[in-house]
Amino acid sequence: MNAAEAALVVRNLRKKYPKVEALKGISLTLPKGEIWGLLGPNGSGKSTLLKCVAGLVRPDGGEIAVLGAPPSRERKEQIAFVPEVEGLYRWMTVRQVLEFTAAFYSDWQQDSERELLEFMRLDPEAKVSSLSKGMRARLKLVLALARRAPLILLDEPFSGIDPSSRDRIVEGIIRQFKGEEQTMIISTHAVGDTEQLFDAVVFLHEGTIALRGNAEDLRTSRGKSINDLFKEVFA
Amino acid sequence: MDLDFSTSIPIYLQIIAEFKRQIATGLLKPGDKLPSQRDLAAQLKVNANTVQRAYREMEILGLVETLRGQGTFVRQTEEIVEGTRDEMLTKLVDDFVAAMLSLGLTMGDTLELVKSRFRELEMAKGGLTDERS
Repeated sequence: MNAAEAALVVRNLRKKYPKVEALKGISLTLPKGEIWGLLGPNGSGKSTLLKCVAGLVRPDGGEIAVLGAPPSRERKEQIAFVPEVEGLYRWMTVRQVLEFTAAFYSDWQQDSERELLEFMRLDPEAKVSSLSKGMRARLKLVLALARRAPLILLDEPFSGIDPSSRDRIVEGIIRQFKGEEQTMIISTHAVGDTEQLFDAVVFLHEGTIALRGNAEDLRTSRGKSINDLFKEVFA
Repeated sequence: MDLDFSTSIPIYLQIIAEFKRQIATGLLKPGDKLPSQRDLAAQLKVNANTVQRAYREMEILGLVETLRGQGTFVRQTEEIVEGTRDEMLTKLVDDFVAAMLSLGLTMGDTLELVKSRFRELEMAKGGLTDERS
């Protein structure tokens, strides 16, 4: 695959923090139209990698190309990044959060927003401060999926939420994912119950890639679920 | 379709197996329309490309055909239905025989067991019919 056809190309990416080498030369190529699972325990470098791709962390070395060009402020429309930390203003209502976010992006889709709100069973008049953790996770997903960004990065969207919210989020992603024109990376350290969502997986271990491949091919060649492989690699 | 996945087996193969079962048991008949790939993906909560792969394989196997703009349909081929049925029966019998052998039963024991079970089921069925009339 040449770089122009790929949604994302990462070459020899390195990032060192004062106390830890978070990324030790990561190289990846993601084709368009796929959902990738970025899997690894806490501290394996998943968030750092996503933040570098989103242009929020400056790498120490290596190259990143999103649809053939390096990420930049001017190209923010191309990436929807949902961080693990909560950036929602708690005093806002759900509707205010949506209006506030929509104002930043020209690719905001009103009809997608309506569909997603309904599907996620979010009340537009509810205050963010009154929402459960699961409902706030649903709202964060709406913010990413209501746009038409070609590259969507979700950092730990399933972390610490109830199973029903997790199922809604998985189904919401499947329903709203726009096939060929989008590509998604989802990081998680809890693989069970979400592995059927991924086309391909990358196992990140202490800043290096421990295993990667098409999920169905890995199941065939290893005779194991991705969850079991995960346990094996990170035992 | 309701599938309880074993994620250690490729998911697209499990989707194909379920369609084969539905075709062989007559739940899906030649000419019936399959759900759209996107709907099935959402229903099963699996990646849409996985469903696409299952549909593509089933086309290659001649189980279904996709008509542009209309959807995917079960093919009108009796041989395929029979072939699938034979395939399923063979697998069921193989699994059963293997289980009996692992329990240390002989062919004679097994046949007796099967015969008596058939008789019981038929009696139960007959009993029900009598009650109704």
